[in-house]
Amino acid sequence: MTNSCQHNSFNLPQEHLLHRLHTLQREYLHISPQAMQQVAAEFNLPLSQVAGVVAFYSFFSTQPCGRFHILFSNCTSCGYLPDGQNLMQLLAQQLQVNPGKTRTDGLISIGETSCIGLCDQGASLLVNGIPLTHLNPDKIAQIAQQITANISTDEWPAEWFEIHDTIHQRNLLLTTAQPAPGSTLQQAITHGAAETLTTIQQSGLNGRGGAGFNTGKKWQLCREAPGDAHYVICNADEGEPGTFKDRVLLRHHAETLFEGMTLCAFVIGANKGLVYLRGEYRYLLSHLQAVLTQRRNRGLLGRHILNHADFHFDIDIVVGAGAYICGEESALIESLEGKSGIPRIRPPFPVTHGYLGQPTVVNNVETLIAAAHIVAYGSSWFNSVGTQKSRGTKILSVSGDCRLPGIYEYPFGVHIQQILDDCGAQKVQAVQIGGPAGKLIGAPDFNHTISFEDISTGGSFLIFGHQRDLLTVHRNFAHFFAHESCGFCTPCRIGTQLLKNNLDKIAEAHSTANDIETLKQLAFLIQHHSHCGLGHTAANHILDGLQHFPQVFTTHLNQNFVAQFDLDQALESARQITRRDDAAAHLD
Amino acid sequence: MSAIQNTIRIDNQEIPFTPGQTIMDAALAAKVYIPHLCHYPGLPPSGNCRLCVVEIGNRSVAACTTPAAADQAICSNTPELNQARKALTQMLFVEGDHICPSCEKTGNCKLQAMAYYLGMLDDHFPQFYQRREIDASHPDILLDRKRCILCDLCVRASREVDGKNVFAIAGRGTQAHLIVNSPSGKLADSPLAKTDLATTICPVGAILIKQRGYQVPIGKRIYDQHTIRETTMQEHIPSCDKLKHKGHQDTER
Repeated sequence: MTNSCQHNSFNLPQEHLLHRLHTLQREYLHISPQAMQQVAAEFNLPLSQVAGVVAFYSFFSTQPCGRFHILFSNCTSCGYLPDGQNLMQLLAQQLQVNPGKTRTDGLISIGETSCIGLCDQGASLLVNGIPLTHLNPDKIAQIAQQITANISTDEWPAEWFEIHDTIHQRNLLLTTAQPAPGSTLQQAITHGAAETLTTIQQSGLNGRGGAGFNTGKKWQLCREAPGDAHYVICNADEGEPGTFKDRVLLRHHAETLFEGMTLCAFVIGANKGLVYLRGEYRYLLSHLQAVLTQRRNRGLLGRHILNHADFHFDIDIVVGAGAYICGEESALIESLEGKSGIPRIRPPFPVTHGYLGQPTVVNNVETLIAAAHIVAYGSSWFNSVGTQKSRGTKILSVSGDCRLPGIYEYPFGVHIQQILDDCGAQKVQAVQIGGPAGKLIGAPDFNHTISFEDISTGGSFLIFGHQRDLLTVHRNFAHFFAHESCGFCTPCRIGTQLLKNNLDKIAEAHSTANDIETLKQLAFLIQHHSHCGLGHTAANHILDGLQHFPQVFTTHLNQNFVAQFDLDQALESARQITRRDDAAAHLD
Repeated sequence: MSAIQNTIRIDNQEIPFTPGQTIMDAALAAKVYIPHLCHYPGLPPSGNCRLCVVEIGNRSVAACTTPAAADQAICSNTPELNQARKALTQMLFVEGDHICPSCEKTGNCKLQAMAYYLGMLDDHFPQFYQRREIDASHPDILLDRKRCILCDLCVRASREVDGKNVFAIAGRGTQAHLIVNSPSGKLADSPLAKTDLATTICPVGAILIKQRGYQVPIGKRIYDQHTIRETTMQEHIPSCDKLKHKGHQDTER
């Protein structure tokens, strides 16, 4: 179940490095220097590459985790701070463990992790990789009891792990019957690859990940690019906080996703496809593998698909290990190649030089599902919905301060206010569209629309009610980017850290007007000088905030100069070493 | 050279280029200086320091990784870009512990020289004071990670020129740090030699050769005599030309 690559039916590559490391992490609760050496020898890789990968991905550790390893989401929607409570601290207190440090008996470790895509399920956590939803203080106490009694998670109440997917609005993709398995492939074989491509092109489908590159164009460029092999990759690294629509699609429409990937393979001439599934969604793996097996048994994957002489294609699933940056397509490809997820220099682009240097299509889960529907129902079925520049529908993950969080599918061009009304959001202060990397708007802009020409989103739609402290939201986002920056380039590596520190300083009321200027300067620098999209977008929320909600930043400012160096804080490490915290160990 | 049709314009100066050259390649060949720290002619470009970011219309791109294309109108030596370069240099200063007055590299350090060149008078941003390991295990070479700016030059030099692959960068965000590709993770355990390009190419005081401190007195060092702009034009690794189309495909893709 953990090793997807073994299923490949006509070439048998080595197990994926990330999977091998995951197995070690699970068995030994950490990855020791000896284990790294062994893996380096097994994979014939430089030790530094293995050590680099272990250090890069959040879900690998060089120090032992607890036998119960708990990661709380720190997202604004599924995070551990609902309604002014601190659930992580509560559990840590009850289990007498410090977050980030394994308890000395090795039973438990608690930490936090970036959004785990359960924003419609209340506060959530992962225990040994398995999601546990709808947390509240009562449940935290019960979890503490189970752990203290050393009861295996298999025996915890099953309902704790239930995820209820709620689809509130359905449109093109979610109302129409999913194409029968193999039906669109049969059509593609009948009409040929060129005509199938034309259908996709005529549909006007743009990528659903947020950037919105034209899908037909991407497939065409890849099809025309010379190479020893072509690849189709599904980006299921749904890491943008507040996004969970791919979780729902993978759970319920995996068949159509694989159909879409196989169609793409037919059009571009690929024999191999890869799904890059985020590590936070590992619990979906067995389901996805089962669907793949079913398709192999039906002759829809493998050699001679539907008895076609030259149509050979199979799909592997590679599971990530906790790195937001791997949602960036070239970082994703690096990760697939068993490396740290550092975005590549572009050009060249993946369509000509992608996976293993070969022409590669990287598409979002929703894009590939839409492609299968388009071949099944026709391009005009699809492009008659939406706006001139944004054809079709968009599936949104709505969460935050609203009565009905969940999945909403709308035609492009839907007004923000309409969505807020449908999900029962009242007294809305602000909406963050497209996640922390997206756009923050206030009430005057609720007449704008979701579309590539107005406000674009990969699916995240975070609602903040009037009682929310937006500075806390900004700090949350700034901490997120500082944590997820890959560290490759100067402005993003250092700048996201400085933004984080600056916002913390404002929240602690140690800031003056000058710090606002520094925020603006940093934001501009990160936006314009970074290497990749993470950096280009990391400061958007601050620039939007300064424009639409300046008082959020200025109300905490000091009128008088405050030294940025906190002398008392500087003594903290000395206090820790000497284990003193009495008055004499403090400056007043 | 009149046959060359391909030209770009950098700050309104016409510069020829040959297909395959980056903006940086073309600029250096024409003796036009675009400030940079992580680039070295002859090594594959990385694009991590971002000092060489220039503007083409409303696009900001790194000169060292962006292919030159006919009729590009490039802005580089503008007050705004130089201000950004200064801020990036300040960021590098606060991220590490750059103890110029007591660093053996002082006067030969590119980070310091860049700060002078850009008119940097203070750190501006608060210091990070990060804890990073020192590796003094090697008999001839000292590695002080607190002075490392993660420019990746030693990584590339060791891999592409020395053929030893001694270094790599591991970790994410500000946890990113230089690691040594040896079983113990220590330099003593690696094949690194003091004559290797990986050792000598370090632009800062992160990789220092032991037992030769202050052989050249302060005041007579490289950047006591010349600006970084002047010395940059002399830089080249002739033996690397053949490597340019080999080996470094990983970083270029």
